[in-house]
Amino acid sequence: MKMPPFDYACPATLPEALALLSAHDGDAKLLAGGQSLVPVLAFRLAAPKLLIDLRKLTDLRTINITPGGISLGAMVRWCDIECDGRLCTAHPLLVAAVAHVAHYQIRNRGTVGGSIAHADPAAEMPGIAVTCEAEIVAASKAGTRIIKAGDFFQGALTTALEADEIIVEIRLPAWPAGRRWGFQEFARRRGDFALAAAALFYDRDASGKAANAHVGVIGVADRPLRLSSVEAVLNGTSIDAATIAQAEAATSAAINPDSDIHASGAYRKALAGTMVERALKMAVE
Amino acid sequence: MKNTFIGAPMERREDLRFLRGRGEYVDDIRLEGLLHAVILRSPVGHGRIASLDTAAALKCPGVHAVISAKDMPGSVPIIPMRLQPLPEFKPYEQPVLAHDKVRYVGEPVAVVLAESVALGEDALEAIRLDIEPLPAIADCTTAAQNRSLLFETTATNCSLVFHARKGDADAAFRDAPYTRREHFSTGRHYGLTMEPRGVMAQWDAEKERLTIFGAAKVPFFNRRILAKQIGLPETAIDMIENDVGGGYGARGEFYPEDFLIPFAARYIKRPVKWIEDRRENLMAMNHAREASAEIEIACARDGTILALRGDIHNDMGAYMRTNGAVGARNVCQFLAGPYRVPHVKLDSHLWMTNKTPVGTYRGPGRFESNFFLERLIDMVSPDLGIDRVDFRRRNLVTQAEQPYPIAHVQPTDAKDQYDSGEYRAAFDHCLKEIGWDEKVKLCGQLIDGRYHGLGISCFIEGGAAGPRETARLEVNDDGTFSVYLGTTSVGQGVETIFAQIAADALEVPIDRIRHVYHGSTHYVSDGYGAYHSRSTVMGGSALLDATKNLHAAIRAAAAKRLGCDVSTISISEDKISSADGRSFLLRELAGLSAEGVFNNHHHTYSYGSHAAHVAVDPKLGQIEIIDYVVVQDVGRAVNPLTLRGQVIGAVVQGLGGACLEHLQYDDDGQFLTGSLADYLLPTASDFPTLRCVITEDYPSPNNPLGAKGAGEGGIIAAGGALANAVAHALAPFGAQPRTLPLTPSKVWELVMSRNAP
Amino acid sequence: MQVRFEVNGCEVEVAVEPRLTLADCLRHHLRLTGTHVGCEHGVCGACTVLVDGKAVRSCLMLAVQADGGKVVTVEGLSQDEGLTPLQASFRKHHALQCGFCTPGMITTAHALLTAEPDCDADRVREVLSGNLCRCTGYVSIVEAVLDARAAYKGSGS
Repeated sequence: MKMPPFDYACPATLPEALALLSAHDGDAKLLAGGQSLVPVLAFRLAAPKLLIDLRKLTDLRTINITPGGISLGAMVRWCDIECDGRLCTAHPLLVAAVAHVAHYQIRNRGTVGGSIAHADPAAEMPGIAVTCEAEIVAASKAGTRIIKAGDFFQGALTTALEADEIIVEIRLPAWPAGRRWGFQEFARRRGDFALAAAALFYDRDASGKAANAHVGVIGVADRPLRLSSVEAVLNGTSIDAATIAQAEAATSAAINPDSDIHASGAYRKALAGTMVERALKMAVE
Repeated sequence: MKNTFIGAPMERREDLRFLRGRGEYVDDIRLEGLLHAVILRSPVGHGRIASLDTAAALKCPGVHAVISAKDMPGSVPIIPMRLQPLPEFKPYEQPVLAHDKVRYVGEPVAVVLAESVALGEDALEAIRLDIEPLPAIADCTTAAQNRSLLFETTATNCSLVFHARKGDADAAFRDAPYTRREHFSTGRHYGLTMEPRGVMAQWDAEKERLTIFGAAKVPFFNRRILAKQIGLPETAIDMIENDVGGGYGARGEFYPEDFLIPFAARYIKRPVKWIEDRRENLMAMNHAREASAEIEIACARDGTILALRGDIHNDMGAYMRTNGAVGARNVCQFLAGPYRVPHVKLDSHLWMTNKTPVGTYRGPGRFESNFFLERLIDMVSPDLGIDRVDFRRRNLVTQAEQPYPIAHVQPTDAKDQYDSGEYRAAFDHCLKEIGWDEKVKLCGQLIDGRYHGLGISCFIEGGAAGPRETARLEVNDDGTFSVYLGTTSVGQGVETIFAQIAADALEVPIDRIRHVYHGSTHYVSDGYGAYHSRSTVMGGSALLDATKNLHAAIRAAAAKRLGCDVSTISISEDKISSADGRSFLLRELAGLSAEGVFNNHHHTYSYGSHAAHVAVDPKLGQIEIIDYVVVQDVGRAVNPLTLRGQVIGAVVQGLGGACLEHLQYDDDGQFLTGSLADYLLPTASDFPTLRCVITEDYPSPNNPLGAKGAGEGGIIAAGGALANAVAHALAPFGAQPRTLPLTPSKVWELVMSRNAP
Repeated sequence: MQVRFEVNGCEVEVAVEPRLTLADCLRHHLRLTGTHVGCEHGVCGACTVLVDGKAVRSCLMLAVQADGGKVVTVEGLSQDEGLTPLQASFRKHHALQCGFCTPGMITTAHALLTAEPDCDADRVREVLSGNLCRCTGYVSIVEAVLDARAAYKGSGS
């Protein structure tokens, strides 16, 4: 399983990287952590002419937390998120989701930007991005643009990113104190891609009822989904057992997962509902 | 000096190199002028090869040759069967390269020889292989229709039916007060090894000698096949066993590459190395375990088993491999397991399909049959109003009945009998260890959102396959000893175990056994290898014989040298003395060596039980093992430390087969589980709570060590124990698992098929 | 391309193709065959080495990405004579059989114990779940790693 031949460049600055990318007109691939790209090359599922290694772009490896929100540089690795104590309060949902990503060795190399760009339908980071209405900042020779997470993921391994663009930053909205949240994932084995996962949060209005509910499911479609029908079940209610049961049913009703070698569609449909149910129970506690 | 190294939990010698990264596996060895082989494999499950154009590949950088069937002098060699080589199987044997048809995804079609593996793989993409697809035979049912034939020279896709018979089952069923018929199936999985396969061949044109590196399991037998195929005398071929990264039955049988690589080395007149990658390994290493069974049991009202009858259908894949029939034979011969069954009529059908061919995997046929019978027992006992523990106890064979004859299998005329053992004792011990009496009331109870269940399963494990094994002992120039074995290492610790046996037999400190050499064909005159849990018993017994012969040789040499009678010579560690006090040191006899042989036609039967306590989440379908115990009687344990490792390792493999591992194909014979993200192996998090207890209550009467082969018992009953535990956990839903693997999706379906009250 | 990095405390310079993995570079160019290749797609962990102190899958790294870095393999975690405490614990607990996954287990365990000498059994299992073993069934490996914690506690982290 040796990779097909390619050229390699390791630019020192972002403009250099962008220039190389645009010069190769779709025939170059970006190398971030390599944890998703290298297996693709090992199976010869892609044969780019050039690999552009982003490791020298150290500016992209910062985590900034301000009252306006959390900014994750695209080259932030999973272990950076694990080690940044601020994030436990600044964005506990992100931390909970990242705890499920792959394995120890992969977490030392894999990056946030890489995961977002790869867009595996069962990956945690795209799910968090969609659930939390993240913004993906993409740079090109022409400048930068902001793509809403809801518009970014277009299908399995397919995104709105152009061939000449590099993700530089993922922005998560600020996380208010007092927000209730839950994350539940079920995989065949620890560290595997999710059979289904749910990420959700809600705030409470003046009367203590749920408001601003965001409910996302992972691994049950060709991209992460935000389920507005489930959010509608939650908003304006106190989250009691009946609401939770309704939300579970609404989740299953809203999706139509395929069957694959690991699980049937019917199972995933029910499982996603269970993930939402258990995430809500987690949020309520 | 009376030693007791046998029975001691000694740390292993092998570890010293493995822990430091100084193991020498076949890919770690370099040769001057090496070329690398890369194999073109069929991307299609069933088809006719219309054309194979290698011209463009030959022009690729670094490519020296592309070998296909047309480059073979004469017809393409066929791989013969090693075990149960019945004439009926001949039409279904595998050619080393596909030439007119391809019959499974992964079948070798051509070999590229290049300066590097990467360049070879680049060249693969330039080969034009045109295949006209044929209707695929994706399962036994389709095979049985015989509409599409895998082999046009045959009339059927069924290569053979084994018949297991004992007594008169039809009569027993006619008169039985109670019968029940059920169907079960086990999914396809295999003995994946962490080190994929590898072969390196070097041809010395001057001396006309072929050296093969990477040999494993049965090197003497493989040499015999290769010699015939390649047209050389056996004595011109050396098979070298290096360190081996796991075997489990799958590595070391004669595969196409075991001919292709030596052939390539002679063809290109340079050494050639082939290292299998994981993508290949999943589709090219022997598959196993896929079987479905329709079986019926006849019982007396008090739960006494009267008879077993039925059919088992084995999905053999595309070709009959060297040992492919073993599992199918075992599944009917051993369906009764450790139970007393006076009447047996079981037919085991071997169906050829468009899948990777099947070979043995630890406990071949026994894992499947254990699942079938143990599930059936758990279904039948409540019908009769008998507790499932009492049912088993009533029917387990007792020591008073040993040796206990089992079903006779035709063709192959396989007759066998169990050797020794009080199976109920191990069973009761196992129940006690898991706390059955206190915990059984948890069955079907919902605690913290999960249903709890206990399951039990009993096994026998056949070991010590004959017909013989050879060992050699030699005196080194410092008076220490070297041991040479015809049996092989697959990671089980032979270098340590045989040092223990040798040190005890020679009555010397263990550090005087300087080295244990194994496997390679230049060490002993003949050897049979490591399979069917035979190394300790067969190799160890041969070593005891070698010790006797070496002592006799030492005495004879000493008598001559000291001019006295042989009977007056005494040997004490490294000093040889005569009765009148004259002596000399053993090192002066350096080079003296003696061989020993052990002939055996009696298998050993280790036995025991598995008990599992599970908690099942009905919505996730997740099975958590709360506790798991194996109690196994091995007759005599040479090294309890390594033995425990064998049992626990086997249990985890068994649990992998019971709930995680599944090789899958679609209806067109396309292989769907092509990576380790698709084929799921157990990890350190999956089964943390496992225990085993080894007992030595009933040594085997069939060998001087009294030991019984014990490497497979841990895998055999895992499917049965786990499935029974799940069945009892989900009893409120009337769940009856009939299929393995029990994936979360499948478990959920069992729950959904009937809702809880 | 020329790549320069430190392996087991020694500076090396190798000429490599960009597509060469760090695993293959270590094994075939630098003749450090202790690092094993079990899958080449980042699942089995047999190829684990330490890069700048972190456990990584060397089959998922290009050799060129190691430029300027510090790599430690199982050979670098060994002594000329005798066994390290971690290795001795593996041997004592029979935490290896065929030995193929062992280098990956040793490097991963060493990284874990260096950073977290107080880790518990759950944490050990979590971290080692990225390293596949087919022989032992893992129970003895977890026992060995836990038993080795004492040797890492004195080193002051």
